[in-house]
Amino acid sequence: MSTLVFIDRADAELSAQALTFARGLGDELHAALMGEAAASAPDDLAAYGVSVAHIAEGVDPYAPAAWAQAIVELVERTAPAAVVGPGTDRGNEVLAHVAARIDQPMAANCVSLTPGDPATLTRVRWGGSLLEEARLHGAPMLVTVAPHAVTAETVAPGSAPATVSASPFTPALSDADLVVQVSERAGALAAGVSLTDAEVVVSGGRGVGSAAGFEVIEELAGLLGGAVGCSRAVTSAGWRPHTDQVGQTGTKISPEIYIACGISGATQHMAGCKGAKKLLAINPDGEASIFASADYAVIGDLHEIVPAISAEIRKARSG
Amino acid sequence: MNVLVCVKRVPLTGGKIVLTEDERAISTRHLGFTISPHEECGAEEAIRLVEAYGGTSTVLTLGPPEAEEQLRDMMAIGVDRAIHLVSDGGEWDPQATAAAIAAAIRAQPASPDLILFGNESADAGNYQVAIRVAHALGLPCVTGVKGLSVEGGAVRCEQEVPGGRDLYEVPMPAVVTVKEGLNLPRYPSVPGRLRAKRKPVEALSPERPDPLLEMVRLVLPPGSGKRAEVLGRGPEAAPAVVGVLRELGLV
Ligand SMILES: Cc1cc2nc3c(=O)[nH]c(=O)nc-3n(C[C@H](O)[C@H](O)[C@H](O)COP(=O)(O)OP(=O)(O)OC[C@H]3O[C@@H](n4cnc5c(N)ncnc54)[C@H](O)[C@@H]3O)c2cc1C
Ligand SMILES: Nc1ncnc2c1ncn2[C@@H]1O[C@H](COP(=O)(O)O)[C@@H](O)[C@H]1O
Repeated sequence: MSTLVFIDRADAELSAQALTFARGLGDELHAALMGEAAASAPDDLAAYGVSVAHIAEGVDPYAPAAWAQAIVELVERTAPAAVVGPGTDRGNEVLAHVAARIDQPMAANCVSLTPGDPATLTRVRWGGSLLEEARLHGAPMLVTVAPHAVTAETVAPGSAPATVSASPFTPALSDADLVVQVSERAGALAAGVSLTDAEVVVSGGRGVGSAAGFEVIEELAGLLGGAVGCSRAVTSAGWRPHTDQVGQTGTKISPEIYIACGISGATQHMAGCKGAKKLLAINPDGEASIFASADYAVIGDLHEIVPAISAEIRKARSG
Repeated sequence: MNVLVCVKRVPLTGGKIVLTEDERAISTRHLGFTISPHEECGAEEAIRLVEAYGGTSTVLTLGPPEAEEQLRDMMAIGVDRAIHLVSDGGEWDPQATAAAIAAAIRAQPASPDLILFGNESADAGNYQVAIRVAHALGLPCVTGVKGLSVEGGAVRCEQEVPGGRDLYEVPMPAVVTVKEGLNLPRYPSVPGRLRAKRKPVEALSPERPDPLLEMVRLVLPPGSGKRAEVLGRGPEAAPAVVGVLRELGLV
């Protein structure tokens, strides 16, 4: 039996992870690609073990129900053992529509899946702070893959399919499938160094005390060419916009170093900064739970320590 | 316009999650309860829309008897009424949850123009209850919305995507899932809390079917195993911090 992987063209890396995750589940790996952007895709798919690329035409721009309907057609035609998507916004959305349409269970953000009757799987809860082992009583198995649960790997040279056979098709859509469709792509609102891509993030929590208190955080972030982040306590108080929030319901970051000032280390905050290579925490409370995940600790008042660090950087640079 | 928002009671874990002995739940002996920040924004939006256009706002939850606390919290910030699908406290899978919610909405005498959900639940994060409810009710569904406005009979939605924003315009009735950042929810006032005690809660008791996504047990992910190196106390630690930054090539 085949496994069908939904490719989210907006996120090549997570789609490659989904292909890697799906490879062992069936005999043949098929990919489902959507719209015009798919035309150039098939070549690089062979390296991930894909033998057939189904290309749905006439589904641009993004329309979640239409994309799902295209996959439902493929499910009916090719009877895959599993349909796998990346754990991106669109991956989760399209797979959920597929699940609703064929009335089957679906598991989002899986880190492992073992076929069987029933299939068993492990999936992520609480934004990654907790794992769940579960049984999936359905066919085909419908799952998305948690971001970075597996590393994207191409198949061993020689065992890759020689070619990917491209199989274009035009799904039969109803008007209702196209009611929700992107009508316009607008520019991003935020300016400056983006939190997601920043090499350095200096973040403040409730311990900063006020909106004005963030001046010292901004100064240090500026000196290091980094971005300013914050905790939810800060956005709830209206001190910073939500675009600065790091965490489960904020932005997930992966800087070289994360400097967390006046943040206690709630699991929902840590869910957003697990990807940081190094974590430096500044907090007067030696028992604060953030220290359990930190590489470096400075104990004390951020309003004394952060300006001292900025001054020391200036001294080092002028000397 | 009538706006309905769905919320889910979850424990407010602090710095560390502790499981119950049977490993099927989070130990809540020392914890308070809350809802997802996404859902809080959904409730705030429902209140604002009814303030602007008239009509009724309703909050709905499927949860144990104690989940009435979350319904009252939302009524304290201004939601008009509540529907409580009272469960036995066991785990409902997303398919069963969606079926119960869809049936309850269908049974309402005044059907909502807009049904709001969180983009994902705080605990289970199944990313699907709203989409299943929309499908069952034959309604369009837009997800992950961070900007919302109503014009005539349509709802305009803005979604943040890598590199920009995608815009959608969808006729109502519609289902919309929202993300934190959509608005800044208000805090309850003391009179608001008192008023909430007298607002109506319609209680129903749906049957729980066998789960098709069946939770077996919860597992704590392996800890970081880190032990923080203390660089110092107070401002005297600054040179040691700069030493670390220098190693990373930042100074
Ligand atoms: C479903 C859900 C999702 C959530 N999502 C997020 C999220 O995305 N992001 C997020 O951050 N939170 C999130 N939260 C909230 C989270 O649970 C915490 O409430 C929040 O992270 C606490 O923020 P904080 O650490 O700034 O505040 P607190 O927990 O109040 O900690 C403040 C810290 O500052 C220290 N401090 C005080 N004075 C000083 C000083 N002068 N100098 C240095 N330190 C000082 C204190 O010792 C304390 O450790 C979520 C919650 C839920 C339920
Ligand atoms: N038990 C529940 N009661 C009410 N609403 C729920 C429940 N579970 C999920 N929801 C709603 O569905 C959204 C998505 O949930 P999920 O599919 O679990 O990620 C949540 O943010 C809620 O708005």
